Amino acid sequence: MLNFVWGFMIIVGVVAAAFTGSLNPLTNAAVSSAQDAVSLCVKMLGIIAMWSGMMKIAEDSGLVPALAGKMSPLLRFLFPNLPPGGPAVKYISANFIANILGIGWAATPAGLKAMEELQKLNPRKDAATKSMCMFLIFNMSSLQLVSVNIIAYRAECGSKNPAEIIGAGLLATLVSTAAAVLCAKIFEALAPEERS
Amino acid sequence: MKALMFFSDFIIPGVFLLIILSGLKNRVDIYKSFTEGAVDGFRTVVGIMPTLIGLMVAVGFLRASGALNMLSRALAPATGLIGFPPEAVPLALMRLVSSSASAGLLLDLYKTHGPDSFLGRFVSVMMSSTETVFYTMSVYFMSVKVTKTRYTLASALIANLAGIIGALFITKAAFGY
Repeated sequence: MLNFVWGFMIIVGVVAAAFTGSLNPLTNAAVSSAQDAVSLCVKMLGIIAMWSGMMKIAEDSGLVPALAGKMSPLLRFLFPNLPPGGPAVKYISANFIANILGIGWAATPAGLKAMEELQKLNPRKDAATKSMCMFLIFNMSSLQLVSVNIIAYRAECGSKNPAEIIGAGLLATLVSTAAAVLCAKIFEALAPEERS
Repeated sequence: MKALMFFSDFIIPGVFLLIILSGLKNRVDIYKSFTEGAVDGFRTVVGIMPTLIGLMVAVGFLRASGALNMLSRALAPATGLIGFPPEAVPLALMRLVSSSASAGLLLDLYKTHGPDSFLGRFVSVMMSSTETVFYTMSVYFMSVKVTKTRYTLASALIANLAGIIGALFITKAAFGY
């Protein structure tokens, strides 16, 4: 995917620059963008390392599993077909909590395990079950409470108050997640039951 | 909307306090955990650096060649109908495909318009309420070889659209535009 996107961006850039006669600015842009990317990463290191450190404490102190346990009423509503307390539900809640807290490296392994468990319960191996659809739709509705990356980027670009967008971001996240659940539940009601 | 701003100021110190108290209560070696996690964070940033260099160069190309401006200008009549800033359209589309490519576009917008402008705040909120749908879907479904994804894509796109429109109105309300 990225091969095409990246290649396309560069080709469009060069072709457009040839037409508008801005090949020299293009060369300068290549040099300065590459430098910007590195200085951005260097400045981000502090914020991201700090946040990851805090999240590691949350994990080690049992806060993350405790939060996952608190999700069971929500999970029963989202996944009425899954056995409560089973491995699928366990991995799903771990994935949701990691996404909510913004610990990406913990979210993906748990999410892939969840898909594996959901696939075991799938009577037709090539088609998604309703539980799989709900899991991914919910997951892709943006769950993260605090977008640390965005705050780091804002700080690096000279914002006076980089964290000022947290509240608004959270509200917008609630909107997208509510829309996701509503939409998935409507499609779920219309879709036929899965058979082998 | 005062409450929203208070919440923004409060959440990070609040999370810190909660995590430290929970760590001490459960007798975790908190400083060791912190440094271990910080190393992970370090690795994450170093890991995304090559991607970010490649994509920021590509975005720099699009910006310097004038292609990005042409696209925004072409879209302006359509997006103007709901007061959607046309400069944010390429970002909104790229966000669905790749988080590093969209980070490149996001930084470009911060640099050209400022992170504290209306556009800067709006795209910050929008990035918080959207997700890389195409990437996530392909990774998860491919891992279990499911090819018929049914209504997953449609629902995810609707949810992201709701997030984008929600972000627009919430930003206007929260920051008094």
